[in-house]
Amino acid sequence: MSINLALGRAREAARGIAWLFKGVMGENAYQAYLDHHAGTHDAEPPMTEREFWRDKTDRQDANPEGRCC
Amino acid sequence: MSHPNGSHQHADVLVSDPDLPPTAVDPQAAEEEERRWTPAKIAIWVGIALLGGFSWTMLALVRGETVNAIWFVFAAVCTYLIAYRFYSKLIERKLLKPDDRRATPAEYKADGKDYAATDRRVLYGHHFAAIAGAGPLVGPVLAAQMGYLPGTLWIIIGVILAGAVQDYLVMFFSMRRGGRSLGQMAREELGVIGGTAALIATLAIMIIIVAILALVVVNALGESPWGVFSVAMTIPIALFMGVYLRYLRPGKVTEVSLIGFVLLMLAIVGGGWISETTWGVEIFTLDRITIAWGIIIYGFIAAVLPVWLLLAPRDYLSTFMKIGTIGMLAVAIIITRPEITTPAVTEFASTGAGPVVPGSLFPFLFVTIACGALSGFHALIASGTTPKMIEKERQTRFIGYGGMLMESFVAIMALVAALSIDRGIYFAMNSSAAATGGTIEGAVAFVNGLGLTGVNLTSEALSQLAANVGEESVVSRTGGAPTLAVGIAQIMQALIGGSGMMAFWYHFAIMFEALFILTAVDAGTRVARFMLQDSIGNFVPRFRDTSWRTGAWLCTAIMVAGWGAILIMGVTDPLGGINTLFPLFGIANQLLAAIALAVCMAICAKRGVFKYLWIPALPLAFAAVVTISASFLKIFSPVPNIGYWAQHNAFKGALEAGEESFGSAQSVAAMEAVVRNTFVQGTLSIVFVVLSIIVIATAVIATIKAVRQGGGTNTEDTPVASRTYAPAGLITTPAEKELEAQWRVLDSDKRPVRSGH
Repeated sequence: MSINLALGRAREAARGIAWLFKGVMGENAYQAYLDHHAGTHDAEPPMTEREFWRDKTDRQDANPEGRCC
Repeated sequence: MSHPNGSHQHADVLVSDPDLPPTAVDPQAAEEEERRWTPAKIAIWVGIALLGGFSWTMLALVRGETVNAIWFVFAAVCTYLIAYRFYSKLIERKLLKPDDRRATPAEYKADGKDYAATDRRVLYGHHFAAIAGAGPLVGPVLAAQMGYLPGTLWIIIGVILAGAVQDYLVMFFSMRRGGRSLGQMAREELGVIGGTAALIATLAIMIIIVAILALVVVNALGESPWGVFSVAMTIPIALFMGVYLRYLRPGKVTEVSLIGFVLLMLAIVGGGWISETTWGVEIFTLDRITIAWGIIIYGFIAAVLPVWLLLAPRDYLSTFMKIGTIGMLAVAIIITRPEITTPAVTEFASTGAGPVVPGSLFPFLFVTIACGALSGFHALIASGTTPKMIEKERQTRFIGYGGMLMESFVAIMALVAALSIDRGIYFAMNSSAAATGGTIEGAVAFVNGLGLTGVNLTSEALSQLAANVGEESVVSRTGGAPTLAVGIAQIMQALIGGSGMMAFWYHFAIMFEALFILTAVDAGTRVARFMLQDSIGNFVPRFRDTSWRTGAWLCTAIMVAGWGAILIMGVTDPLGGINTLFPLFGIANQLLAAIALAVCMAICAKRGVFKYLWIPALPLAFAAVVTISASFLKIFSPVPNIGYWAQHNAFKGALEAGEESFGSAQSVAAMEAVVRNTFVQGTLSIVFVVLSIIVIATAVIATIKAVRQGGGTNTEDTPVASRTYAPAGLITTPAEKELEAQWRVLDSDKRPVRSGH
């Protein structure tokens, strides 16, 4: 295996781990929302990133998630 | 015609779009794939079985002086793999019959927010972070007094036959009902009586669980300026993170968690410096009662503050630490492979006279270790957030069953960490101050007086350990957290830093546990408050409005008062606190599991799958027998150490006889406290067991009725045809790969939205 190929694989693996980690932390929630919005062909523009995260915590305020013992 | 991979009863509704590739792997192709046993596949599974069998032999049959921790890891992992591949598959094929042609709530209710299809690997991590907390870390530590084998067996066998089954079933049924909660399902399936009993039981159980978790933190922080400082610092750190995410850089979750993590490490190091200054010791050495009040006030404020300010950032930090530390611990155990000197089974398993938690193996082992083997609390998580994010029905096996296996593995690691410390020190740390007097001399005399073979505790060993971990004393640091922290510190210092780093690792572990618990306290109080508001709303409709401040504050105050009272009771208990209360925690958690399994059994019967009804019935019967008999022992046992009412009457009698001291209570006030505490504990035991019997009985009646009628009402949401595809498990099979490829070439405007990329 050439060095370039090995480096490419390593980079891909690192990207995969970063993607998984960010996903588990919940960082990609806004992107998911944008994807959803784009798919619905909604005429209204989507919320901005700032609005989305505010809305998200406000929803948690009204609808708490349990955390286990 | 029956298909093994899906119930095709809705074949008419589930017609897929001819313009799209299939939304599920062809059942026959999947079946063939599974039946095809290539030599490589056979070799792998034979290898796993042999390694697992060999590890179990090393644990259970070979009696050497010591046993290596690596065998615990191998025994657990191999058994999990086999159970996942064969037993969970059986549940999938015969009992649940998920159908990938059916859209999940994340698809048919998609809103891009709560209902958002999430990649299965991400959701696995998400779900694991939501179910795993301090529970699997604490229970196994306390149960280690019975030896390593009973706990190991129960954690591993319990999870594959009970815990993971419960999580999987609840998640699947909730998903089929648009993500409905356990309480709503109980009401639907069991009627008003069963449903109401389930709701009250859940509320009461949440109160006791939050109280006892808080007690674990109080015991870990009492008289520890280092611990108090570093854990207290998590509050300003979380507030800073909250403001950062809200105003400075919204959405930069990983970035802010990294910053928070660095600050957290500084707080731990800073705690070390502060504990060496006289002013620091003066300010941060707090007695347990003060800390308990601090947590109560904190709990109230945290539950009424907006989520973005404290709860959400703290949750990010807690998830970050959870994944990092658990991974780190697994690596450390595999590299250092500690030798364990604890016997396989100790005399306390049969005599029930263990000083850590009273009671013999049956039933008390099964309630001491709740989380990690079977945890009812998970049913509240598995019905709710996670089912709204599942992309395809067949993924529930990986996320529900598989997620719980991972938590069980955490419990095994906690057990190994606790077992790796010296037995004498283990008992000195975990026997209540009522037994040891809280002094080194008292602890040495008490532990050596237990008559354990091979245990010879010296006062030097105790003072040396205290010095190494940077604490004033390690005697009677009950609750499991400090013991686990010593175990983790010992394992980690062997890997990084040596004994000079032990104090850091000890406080790192304490911080890690406190962070989980405080997050659970916040979230638990909040969830309980909403449940209470909803219940009161049945009578006073205004309470249903969750944005009504007065109602919210009032209900929060009621909930905090509930767990706060039990916490204060535990802290001031002359008999030791954790050893009297912990069984109640386990019983409550397992009763909740019994409730969840009872609801699942009724649903299974109504679906008409009678032949495999034993899948939920078996763990239900076991959980019911264990918890009801444990409750009865707690209520009716004439042995004062075990029965709450026996203790109550003994102290009451002594008071009436005019005695000034009795047992470990040295004053009349202390005796009165015992009378009061045992009354509360005894009453709670009765309430739990009565409510649970009602729920289980209504579920059994509903089940019998359904069996007689050959089925029952279907409470599932109407099926909707899916327009998306994703593989089911962690590893994609060739057939799944082929289908994925078909979807990949689809025009982007036709392809339904998938998140997580």
